[in-house]
Amino acid sequence: MPSDAGSIAAARRSVLRSVAGSWDFVLLVILAAVLFGAIGWIDNFAETITVTFLLLDVIPIALMATALTLVIVTGEIDLSVASILGLTSAVLGQLWLSGFPLEIAIALCVLLGAVLGAVNGLFVAGLGLPSLAVTIGTLALYRGLAYVVLGDRAVADFPFEWTTRAISTIGDTGIPVAVLPVIGLALLFGVTLHATPIGRALYAIGNNADTARFSGISVSWTKFWTFVASGVMSSLAGIFWTFRYASARADNGLGLELAVVAAVLLGGVSIFGGRGNLIGVLAAVVLLATLQRTLQLASATDEVLNLVIGSLLILSVVVPNVVQMLRQRIRPTVLEGPTP
Amino acid sequence: MSATRTEPRESAMEPPEPTGKTRAARHVTVVRELGVVAVLVLLVAVTFATNSRFLSEQSVRDLLLGAAILVVLAAGQTLVIITRNVDLSVGSLVGLIAFGTGKLLVEYPGAPLVVAISVGMLAGAAFGALNGALVALAKVPALVITLGTLYIYRSIDHLWASGQQINAADMPPGFLDFGRSAGVLGIPWLAWIALVVVIIASFALHSFRSGRELYAIGSDPDAARLSGIPIGRRVFAVFAINGALAGLAGVLYAARYGTLDATVGTGLELEVVAAVVIGGVAIFGGSGTVYGAAVGAILLTTIDSALPVLHVDPFWQLAFVGLLILAAIGLDRLLSVRLTKRMKGRSAHAV
Amino acid sequence: MATRAAGDSNTTPILALHDVHKAFGAIRALRGVDLELFAGEAHGLVGENGAGKSTLVKSLAGADRPDEGVVLLDGEPVELAGPAAARDAGIAVIYQEPTLFPDLSVAENIFMGRQPLKRLRRIDTREMHRRCAALFARLGVSLDPQRPARGLSIADQQLVEIAKALSFDARVLIMDEPTAALSGAEVDRLFTVVRGLCESGAAVLFVSHRLDEVFALCQRITVLRDGAWVSTDATSDVSPDDLIRRMVGREVSTLYPKQPTQPGDPVLDVRGLSRTGVFDDVSFSVRRGEIVALAGLVGAGRSEVVRAVFGVDRYDAGSVLVDGKRLPPGRPAAAMRAGLALVPEDRRQQGLVMELSVERNTNLTRRWDLSRLGLLNRRRERSSAQEWTSRLRVKSAGVTAAVSTLSGGNQQKVVLAKWLATRPQVLIVDEPTRGIDVGTKAEVHRLLSELAGEGVAVLMVSSELPEVLGMADRVLVMHEGRLTRELDADATDDEAVMYAATGHSEGDR
Repeated sequence: MPSDAGSIAAARRSVLRSVAGSWDFVLLVILAAVLFGAIGWIDNFAETITVTFLLLDVIPIALMATALTLVIVTGEIDLSVASILGLTSAVLGQLWLSGFPLEIAIALCVLLGAVLGAVNGLFVAGLGLPSLAVTIGTLALYRGLAYVVLGDRAVADFPFEWTTRAISTIGDTGIPVAVLPVIGLALLFGVTLHATPIGRALYAIGNNADTARFSGISVSWTKFWTFVASGVMSSLAGIFWTFRYASARADNGLGLELAVVAAVLLGGVSIFGGRGNLIGVLAAVVLLATLQRTLQLASATDEVLNLVIGSLLILSVVVPNVVQMLRQRIRPTVLEGPTP
Repeated sequence: MSATRTEPRESAMEPPEPTGKTRAARHVTVVRELGVVAVLVLLVAVTFATNSRFLSEQSVRDLLLGAAILVVLAAGQTLVIITRNVDLSVGSLVGLIAFGTGKLLVEYPGAPLVVAISVGMLAGAAFGALNGALVALAKVPALVITLGTLYIYRSIDHLWASGQQINAADMPPGFLDFGRSAGVLGIPWLAWIALVVVIIASFALHSFRSGRELYAIGSDPDAARLSGIPIGRRVFAVFAINGALAGLAGVLYAARYGTLDATVGTGLELEVVAAVVIGGVAIFGGSGTVYGAAVGAILLTTIDSALPVLHVDPFWQLAFVGLLILAAIGLDRLLSVRLTKRMKGRSAHAV
Repeated sequence: MATRAAGDSNTTPILALHDVHKAFGAIRALRGVDLELFAGEAHGLVGENGAGKSTLVKSLAGADRPDEGVVLLDGEPVELAGPAAARDAGIAVIYQEPTLFPDLSVAENIFMGRQPLKRLRRIDTREMHRRCAALFARLGVSLDPQRPARGLSIADQQLVEIAKALSFDARVLIMDEPTAALSGAEVDRLFTVVRGLCESGAAVLFVSHRLDEVFALCQRITVLRDGAWVSTDATSDVSPDDLIRRMVGREVSTLYPKQPTQPGDPVLDVRGLSRTGVFDDVSFSVRRGEIVALAGLVGAGRSEVVRAVFGVDRYDAGSVLVDGKRLPPGRPAAAMRAGLALVPEDRRQQGLVMELSVERNTNLTRRWDLSRLGLLNRRRERSSAQEWTSRLRVKSAGVTAAVSTLSGGNQQKVVLAKWLATRPQVLIVDEPTRGIDVGTKAEVHRLLSELAGEGVAVLMVSSELPEVLGMADRVLVMHEGRLTRELDADATDDEAVMYAATGHSEGDR
């Protein structure tokens, strides 16, 4: 019982230990180590141009990973994010070719993202189909539609002001202007997940959907909206991608879904749902981008990066288990007894 | 409490007709697989009607060659998915083994075919076993682990290839001939190999205790543990076998195309999973057959070659695949709901 | 019977436990338990929840290994390293929830891992089906060996499990609460089968907290309390009251302190509620300050009705009115807004999110009330959770402790806290005291009584007749999906309720 001072102190210590031992903390330490290492050993790393490119790399992944975190917390998955990015990019290009003003084209693209997400949500939440299979299907479908829209053409004649706007920086800080809305969105999602009734519902659903339903939470609606959010954020990523590379192509972001999923899982979100937080995910996104930039500057190939991502991902799930197993080998830990 | 037997109540809707239920259950499985076959036949018929050259010897052979590799992979993936797992690393594995086979044959042009295949399958089995060991160790869904090894195997491939490409011209002609020519009955060797793989895998799943245990594991892992099924060993073995089959597919790829670089097989994992799901294997394990998955793989390949004949923009191909997957899982749900409904009600009663 | 059990075989028990200990961390689940099972006997094992029955079963099933003590098979010590080892030793376990493979056929379920083989170690499917049919014939049931297990009723699933046990000539059959989900007729049939098994020389360990069934079936009864052995007696030497005293460890007194109240206006009105194949034309109302019990056998459709009332399940016809206003069907959130609360039957699966903290669980129903402009304030969340858990005297290591670390009784209090925090005007409780200790049980009863006194309308689903009769003002009895009788609690007795629940009319008495 927490009534006596000793046990309160013990509780505090255990909180401290759990923070220090938490995966977020480990990630932040790794991130700091990588940053310092890169600044120390790689000549060009500390320059503003590096910061710019690093953050530009971060933006699309961060957008998609942020919304995907919500989806995975509810115990589902969305593998179609990169295809939505590609389809949005293709549609944006086609609309521009057809003479739409960019403002309207962008608005339509965001709407399109919402619709694509809603289709996922309908299949998963409405019909109760497994999201893994559904979004493998829409991964193919949406990417396929992107090819249908644009074929293998590329639309590259976007107005100069738009393409420069995507990569312009705040003064000479090297920080891209586009980071600001991304931070805003990340805050929005972070607050939603961690400090609103909706967030509480998401965690409840991810841990036990039955109890959530018995507590008055509309499980299907909530899941539906996480998919819509995922669609919208992916379309924003697609719009940014198009202007940042000044190129609308059907194969933009091809295969990126795996990187996004990897970032979310690496960020400590449980694939089973119900566990994880957005800080960890964003730390993982930045860590991955930093690693990529560092390795590029150290003139290592992208493949080394993939090796690192893959290994980190596996270590992040294997190590905790091995540690626990070893602990149990040494002394049996307190297990929750089965239902008496 | 007396031992008098109260007459059990029969559900009003469902007459006591257990054999009817069994028939219903079998019916559903058959309907599911026949449905894919029907779509395939329809597609072939329509395409043939449009252009009779679609069924010319040459194009049929091309189709079989293309399907063979996917069928081999689908057979392996079926084993994995039946146990409620998934292996996303097969695309990378095919690339890695294909490149390795190329290296081997460029280095030792005289190496017999059997050696190339054995080396490829053994290497594949080793990588697959690593997947299996990690899955057992981490106790997280195989999705996460094999997503990781997807990256790792691909980067090993890249680091090894370091930008170079093996050209068909460097490969021993005999090997390339094996990859393209027709064998017995005019059917390509690759297709024969795929057929043998499917028959063996299907037979093993159906007729051996360990095969049935795979279904049990996927159907209810907790119950499987309580029945004393060695889940860890079985799942490990399944990943190793799937790795070996991915290795075989890699060798076949090398033989069929001859030109190899580090991008071979990129994205293939999704095509394989798509084929398996379309073929009626439940993504959460416990049901499905290798035959179904093989038909799914053939259907995907046929769509590929039929679209140009039908004058459909080939850019539609991927979209069709997506629609097929959605239709397949939708159909699965519909059938299983109807089956469960029919299976409900009391059927055991005192005789 | 009891003498026969020990007398007709030799004096060595088939299976014996000697001084078995098992701890899960700090929790000592078994503290020196002795148990002997003789050929031909049905042995009852009773005890309160948490007494260690399940741990004992798991030790015998090879699922848990004892820390200390020995398991003797035919007098020889054995190590049951896993479920397979226990099976090879001839021990079969039937769990409360049967564990079958839904996608596989009934025959494969029975013979999994031991399928009959023909040449080349191939499975002989025809022989397997033949043997399966023979087993079913022995049990007197007609199940098709080839049908999939999906869709079997719990009773049929248990028969399949028993057939499995028969198929490997199990000499020891352990049944952990096998009757919890069975109807009266199904229980009778199960017992007939079990008696047959005993006559053919098997030993049966029957774990149950339904004492009437234990007395009907068993020759000897062992009582466990707090993980320790208390007594083993021949059934003829003990009475149910003796057993209850030993299980509880003290005299059972005033468990049901319902104060008389003056019922007010009807607040919940259920009219003609139907769901095809589940319940049919159910109508009743509950008034303020009144406790109405919904009695009946398990499977009569009581939980289904209250779930439909609350909107968790759909219904096909009828309506639910609160204060005269119709509730939209299938919307628990709307029901909550109208002042309904449902404490569900299955605490772990429906009542709580086991992985989350006491605080998060307690506040789950009040997420929006605790927020301002859509934002939650941690301090308000904390104080709300503390207020309600202390009001219900939840014992935990603080509101941040995961709810899974609490005892069953305290978990149930958290579920109650979570719903009382919504200040409902209609409180529906489904088996509110199932599986919780006697002390907490009394607290829950007092609480329900107090709530009724404050004017809350209470609708209680309960399978425990003393609870029904002690707590309720009125008793509604359901039988096979229909509301068959309404009884005044003061003017009725357990026999009348049982008669109605089993479908007999008053004239049969």
